[in-house]
Amino acid sequence: MTLSIAELGQFSLALALCVALVQSIVPLWGAHRGDGAMMAMARPGAVALFGLVAVAFACLTYSFVVSDFSVSVVAQNSHSDKPMLYKVAGVWGNHEGSLLLWITALTFFGLAVALTGRNLPPQLRARALSVQAMITAGFLLFILLTSNPFIRLNPPPMDGKGLNPLLQDPGLAFHPPMLYLGYVGFSMAFSFAVAALIEGRVDAAWARWVRPWTLTAWTFLTLGIALGSWWAYYELGWGGWWYWDPVENASFMPWLAGTALLHSAIVVEKRDSLKSWTILLSILTFAMSLLGTFLVRSGVLTSVHAFASDPTRGMFVLILLAVSVGGALILYAFRAPTLQGGGLFTPISREGGLLLNNLLMTTAMATVLLGTLYPLIADAFALGKVSVGAPFFNAVFVPLMVPLVVVMGIGPMLAWKRGDLRGALSRLWVALAATGLTMAGSWLYVGGTIDDLLAAFGFGLAAWLLVATLVEWAERVKLFRAPAGESLRRAANLPRAAWGMTLAHTGMALVVAGVTASSAYKGELVQSQKIGEAVRIAGYDVTLTSAATVQGPNYEAQRGIFEVRKEGELIATLTPEKRLYRSPPMPTTEAAIHTTGLSDLYTVIGDPDPALPGAYVTRLYHEPLVPLLWYGALLMAAGGLVSLTDRRHRVGAPVRKRTGAATTAAVKA
Amino acid sequence: MRKLIFIAPTIMFVVLVGLFASQLLSGRDPKTIPSVLINRPVPDFALEELPGRGMPLRSGDLKGEVSLVNIFGSWCVACAIEHPFLMKLKQQNVIPIHGIDWREKNPADGLRWLQKNGDPYTRVGLDPDSKVAIDFGVTGAPETFVVDKNGVIRYKHIGPVTEEVWEQTLKPLVEELRK
Repeated sequence: MTLSIAELGQFSLALALCVALVQSIVPLWGAHRGDGAMMAMARPGAVALFGLVAVAFACLTYSFVVSDFSVSVVAQNSHSDKPMLYKVAGVWGNHEGSLLLWITALTFFGLAVALTGRNLPPQLRARALSVQAMITAGFLLFILLTSNPFIRLNPPPMDGKGLNPLLQDPGLAFHPPMLYLGYVGFSMAFSFAVAALIEGRVDAAWARWVRPWTLTAWTFLTLGIALGSWWAYYELGWGGWWYWDPVENASFMPWLAGTALLHSAIVVEKRDSLKSWTILLSILTFAMSLLGTFLVRSGVLTSVHAFASDPTRGMFVLILLAVSVGGALILYAFRAPTLQGGGLFTPISREGGLLLNNLLMTTAMATVLLGTLYPLIADAFALGKVSVGAPFFNAVFVPLMVPLVVVMGIGPMLAWKRGDLRGALSRLWVALAATGLTMAGSWLYVGGTIDDLLAAFGFGLAAWLLVATLVEWAERVKLFRAPAGESLRRAANLPRAAWGMTLAHTGMALVVAGVTASSAYKGELVQSQKIGEAVRIAGYDVTLTSAATVQGPNYEAQRGIFEVRKEGELIATLTPEKRLYRSPPMPTTEAAIHTTGLSDLYTVIGDPDPALPGAYVTRLYHEPLVPLLWYGALLMAAGGLVSLTDRRHRVGAPVRKRTGAATTAAVKA
Repeated sequence: MRKLIFIAPTIMFVVLVGLFASQLLSGRDPKTIPSVLINRPVPDFALEELPGRGMPLRSGDLKGEVSLVNIFGSWCVACAIEHPFLMKLKQQNVIPIHGIDWREKNPADGLRWLQKNGDPYTRVGLDPDSKVAIDFGVTGAPETFVVDKNGVIRYKHIGPVTEEVWEQTLKPLVEELRK
């Protein structure tokens, strides 16, 4: 039986390609001609496409689960003594399998539109699903021609080569699926944008249909990035959580663009303004997702966790990128000037605030893009090999984020069209006071030197955003101004989207505090520590009580035991490990972390010190407020999720007349 | 003028794609770490033997035949990973492997380690205070240098030598150098 499973998967993919090609043409043509039957094909087509790809994915998963080493990808990336979780995670722990996961997510979003978009005008749905099928067809060609996951080995090897041990970790097992659902989710916004450009019509209803897909993608991407950062934090063993590595940047750029899109779509929906900008952002966000895929898989940039790279594959993704994004941009160049501008607004207004958010977000994205690509540019123009590191990114990123956080506090307090800045600020007096108090308080608390000023400013910003967000919420529910019962009722009736904003902005405030504390007050000690010797860090006495070799299922580890005492009292026993995996042979560091919920004590054991028998090289870090980063990211994702359940996404937009959109489009264009 | 704004994204995108394409087609590998010593003669040195082993290593010993120079130490965990493969190379007798026993705290540790795990080396020099390792530009252990007949360093491999590294990179180079 195992012999035919891989072939079934391959057959399924080939069939999916045929369906995708038909789906790319027929509904689009139907929408153009106003042919209902042809347009109606889009929905069953999307269901079939997802079904076929899902079968292929299941076949590959099965091959990994039963360790069928006659399948090349399995032999290259799995091993019979690997725990089951990592056999399954191994499916997407390699180039071919992760590409299949990409396509599965792509068709899943098509399926979701087909099943949920009952309120969608048939033309828009047909066109959007056609565009989505074109992207799917491109990726199916990519996988079938250059990265077939079902290639057989003859004769099959006795055992597999194993999965990179760094990837054998529960955090990382779920990181790629989250990330891909995020990346790929933006394809839906892209498809809707292209469909709207073809139709020549962008209105409030369009924005309302695009928003849930953008929100879904954004929520997944937020979680995916947070998981990846968390993994880097506890797995790489350096106590850092963000390295500005090209692969991290590749996921961060679509996040920045997506965040901008999320906010500009609100303006289109509420005020019928910023339309062509929002369309451009939809294209840009997906372009960044594709660019990320290209950078990770083509080998044009070096990174610690790049896939095995291959120029042919790189060329293929580049062509995909050029055709899809290039095509969309050309369409944009022709159609965008014909989009009618909507409501006007003054700079000091809700729209103005959202627009400023957009400008800062996209500038931040462009900066990250430039920093990531600079080594490439330098290489192309023979300026020598350079690497752009954290100092560059920190130097340009922080100044962009400061005004952003300031505006995030005020923006929601401003009225649409024309806001009252002085009025908003006077309503925010609590937040202003909290900012001042936090700056002064944190500055005095940490020592009150010149060097602490910058960090105090960072904490002040976090307090500003937190309190301003809470003030906005309190005003909405009339907290302390109306009887408690009424406030409660108002809170219950508050639109879910408003709750979403409150949660997400609060999350951002926590992230700002976490970033500030972690960059200013991270404590680090590296020493050669003898058995029984205690080291003092941030009020903790950390004693290395023993170090021994232990056996794991597929590795051998050197495990150190640290006893952590505070004022003489034992509060934790930590067991960091240095592991040596057998297949493939590779050392990894397993840090052990004691968390108070507000700060972490982070311990790492290294090699025995060659110069001092009985001593080990140990590294201890004190990481103040780092847990706030994870809480903040979770709150942001929760905000996205809550906003997604907003009533207006379920009941649909107030249907303005969209009669014979195809013909009006022709007239307008 | 207004139209130009809408074409700008396309133009920027075309430039970007052109940049990527030129990088891809150039065939440059961004991963190559250039070493200053590649294609230069090995530095002059004369290292002591491991006490009790004999056969010390001097720069003159690296002339006349293509050889590998392997940096190792009994304290180095990753060296233990590559060791079985070096033993395999030794048994197949494909190439002389010389060792530089680096940063050994106790000179006897190196020989004890070789007696326990097997000794794949032809000659071994003891370099406890990094005198020679620094001249070679060693960044860590293990590291392996390919030295040609004339005593010129042709390649440096960082990290353990595995079957894959040998088959795909080192062996083809050694065969080329022997011609």
